[in-house]
Amino acid sequence: MTILEWMPFSVLVPLIAAPLCALLPGRVMPWSLAMLAVIASAAISALVLPAAVDEPLRYAFGNWPPPFGIEYYVDAVNAFLALLISAMAVVILPWARKSVNQEVPERQGPFYALFLLAMSGLMGITLTGDAFNVFVFLEISSLSTYALIAHGQRRAALLASFRYLIMGTLGATFYLIGIGLLYIATGTLNMADLAERVPEVSDTRAVRAAFGFIVVGIGLKLALFPLHRWLPGAYANAPSAVTVFIAATATKVAVYILLRLVFTVFGVEFALDMPYREVFFTLGIIGILFASISAIDQPTAKRMLAYSSVAQIGYIALAISLVSVEGLAAGLVHIFNHALMKGALFMAVGAVIYRLGTNRVEDFAGLAKSMPWTMLAFVLAGLSLIGVPLTAGFISKWALIQAAIAQDNWVAVAVVLVGSLLAVIYIGRIAEAAYLRPAPENRAPIREVGPWMMVPLWLLIAANFWFGIDTSLTLDTATRGAEVLMGVGP
Amino acid sequence: MLIVSLIGVPLVGALLISQAGRWPNVREAITLITAATLFGLATQLIDPVVNGAGASLSVAEPIPGLEIAFDVEPLGLIFTLLASLLWFVTSVYGIGYMRGGNEPRQTSFYAFFAIAISGAMGVATAGNLLTLFIFYEVLTLSTWPLVTHKQNDAARAGGRTYMGVLLGTSIGLLLPAIIWTWVVAGTTDFVPGGILVDRMGPTAAAILLTMFVLGIGKAAVMPMHRWLPAAMVAPTPVSALLHAVTVVKAGVFTITKVVVYIFGLDFLATVPLEKYLVYLAGFTVVAASIVALKQVEIKRMLAYSTISQLSYIVLAALVLAPYAEIGAAVHIVAHAFGKITLFFCAGAIYIASKKTRVDQLRGIGLRMPWTMVAFAIGALSMIGVPPTAGFVSKWYIIAGAFQVDNFFVLAVFMASTGLNAAYFLPIVFRAFFRPEDQAPPKEHGEAPWPMVAALTFTAAGTILFFVFNGPIVDIEARMLEVAR
Repeated sequence: MTILEWMPFSVLVPLIAAPLCALLPGRVMPWSLAMLAVIASAAISALVLPAAVDEPLRYAFGNWPPPFGIEYYVDAVNAFLALLISAMAVVILPWARKSVNQEVPERQGPFYALFLLAMSGLMGITLTGDAFNVFVFLEISSLSTYALIAHGQRRAALLASFRYLIMGTLGATFYLIGIGLLYIATGTLNMADLAERVPEVSDTRAVRAAFGFIVVGIGLKLALFPLHRWLPGAYANAPSAVTVFIAATATKVAVYILLRLVFTVFGVEFALDMPYREVFFTLGIIGILFASISAIDQPTAKRMLAYSSVAQIGYIALAISLVSVEGLAAGLVHIFNHALMKGALFMAVGAVIYRLGTNRVEDFAGLAKSMPWTMLAFVLAGLSLIGVPLTAGFISKWALIQAAIAQDNWVAVAVVLVGSLLAVIYIGRIAEAAYLRPAPENRAPIREVGPWMMVPLWLLIAANFWFGIDTSLTLDTATRGAEVLMGVGP
Repeated sequence: MLIVSLIGVPLVGALLISQAGRWPNVREAITLITAATLFGLATQLIDPVVNGAGASLSVAEPIPGLEIAFDVEPLGLIFTLLASLLWFVTSVYGIGYMRGGNEPRQTSFYAFFAIAISGAMGVATAGNLLTLFIFYEVLTLSTWPLVTHKQNDAARAGGRTYMGVLLGTSIGLLLPAIIWTWVVAGTTDFVPGGILVDRMGPTAAAILLTMFVLGIGKAAVMPMHRWLPAAMVAPTPVSALLHAVTVVKAGVFTITKVVVYIFGLDFLATVPLEKYLVYLAGFTVVAASIVALKQVEIKRMLAYSTISQLSYIVLAALVLAPYAEIGAAVHIVAHAFGKITLFFCAGAIYIASKKTRVDQLRGIGLRMPWTMVAFAIGALSMIGVPPTAGFVSKWYIIAGAFQVDNFFVLAVFMASTGLNAAYFLPIVFRAFFRPEDQAPPKEHGEAPWPMVAALTFTAAGTILFFVFNGPIVDIEARMLEVAR
């Protein structure tokens, strides 16, 4: 089999493994099957990336030639993202084992089945070249994510899940309406085909409305300010392992699909004709400032990191509003780097929850003594979030500021820097509690977590520094992807 | 290889120190051996740099076209030698201080100290702005645990101000300045003669220079100076080496590098707003001296004196006269010896008598003669009286002011000399010639001997530098020749 024929299996393996997983009894077997499935998926993604960077891979399902059948269309942009999703799943699952045993003690078969479904849904959205197929996978991943969030231990998890369900369904419906309008206007659902036909009808009201519906619909999934209200509750109340996974991947996929539709399907000129630039620039800036400031006085570490995620989405929105190769590259690089840093941060907080059972900020007091490696990891990942040099976060900030300066956009530069400084404050709150405040005297002695949690956490920390120094994979691929999206370059 | 070991040796030292916490003698031995090794390595750099061969190295390329690279030039050589020599002295002193004062958490103290020195080595040897920025932040972050060492409310508050100002200025102003430089010039390498010539209009250059001068918060030019008094909650060895020498000198060192190697003296002379920065630095010199006059805590007074003296260097670098550039480099060394002596004395007084305030020092010169003589020497050097180090640098800076007929600088120096005398001399006078108010609750003499030895050494250095400053001036003159 060639790489082209292997490629769809990065989606299919977890999709097929999911129902099997649901049937397996006990704790070890479902986890092992899930682990095998994500490893296979990641291995395939790793092989696909170098092939797809040179020339797009196109695979027609059931040999129905596109645009009649569904095709997978893989180029530098989505191959990169698929590798990110599957690799994060590989790192997260070993970490999740202990945490899930504690937080979801019963019926782990269905839990891991939902995890696989969510992951294969995200992979499917990423790889498919069919706009309606995106909707199908979007629903697969969303529905399983709602269920995963509802596994949270506290009753608030049900409410958070329900809120997300309402907002997510609204978003998916808007997206569907948009796709429907496009289908009426052009008679096709294949993205490559759409890209050719949309310009002919681009000044019709239907296509403009479709653009609006699609952007708002995806904006909801993306948690773009002010459509972010579902996110903090969902992140804060989901089981720790789920939070790590969706924080690292789910919103990233929404960004991708937005980029793909806006730049590939509608095209740069159409987007510039619509108020795309202004909307994303304004919302990005307000999102960064509002969410960073909100993060400062959140009662728990998870909520704080959730608001920080909303702010990071603001950075990405700001980056892609610049509509230049540098700007899109900065956005794509930040998608990758933010997954690394936020994954590590949520893992560190998850480790604290595993030992301490709580993650209120004041409960971090004195933790640096009892959990030194976890807290050190938290601080290092926090430095990456702030954007201190030698970390991946620094590369993101550098790329974004460079893109903004190249357009003389000093407002963007200032906002990015202010955002970094606000991050110093909210990360500093936890660091100060952990290192400089004495532990409460009535606290039972706690130990550091074991290697199952420690190794994945430090793998991500290492990756944060590796991709802060060697950027040949991230920055080069992102630049290549940005060139593809802008329709320039070789 | 040599450069890697300059940065690596303190890091290895830090690792070993952190593992040797259970055996204090082994731990302190490791600190001293590491410091001695580092100074030995630094001296190996003298030959290649003075002979113009230089020493450079490229490590990685995180952003296309932008490397993590090292390149030692004369100014960096001086900074390297200074920081490593004084680290050794401070370690000797610190052993006396930490044991004499029964401080907690000594292991992490020595370990973070070593990491901070590693950061300083990186700043000194950086070959471009990106590399310099990396180690500049390493220095900021690694000194936070040292500033907050006491872990009480005052330490937490001080630590917040410290991090807030230093990270705020560096991320908020210095980083965009660096990126802007890179976007304009396509490089951030330190090149003699500058990299911005003909690439930037005068107004843009003026804004960029302002961003650099204010963004390099470690130089403590007002209004970015608040972190330095805040950092005085740290144990005195930290204040002595890091907040009188390493961290603050990293700031003025960076400004000097930016002036000489990024803008270039000739290009800066065409920048219109440049003279306002001279005024700002001059204002800082005078204002900080006036504030120092009103301080009652010895260490806070010394901190404001440091702010004032740092702006001497910034001022000298911005006067854009050859003699003044030499004066800037000389003052980095001269002030280091004088101010570290003063801090050593303040710490010795605290350990011996628990006194921290200026008004408690009557008659203490009779109990602690070595300490107070050293204090007097340091104070004279701050004022700039011969035969001390401070006189040499002042000479060159004023000579530079005459070269370009800048009488503002002259006026600043006269005012500041008077003010320095006004807050230092009364202390010395009272210490020797006024009787004690009342007998101290516990009889005491000098502080533990390692502390006295260290402060005697630096005080002697302050005087010797007056006579033997030739090599430093030569090295700097060479730098300027190359830069022209």
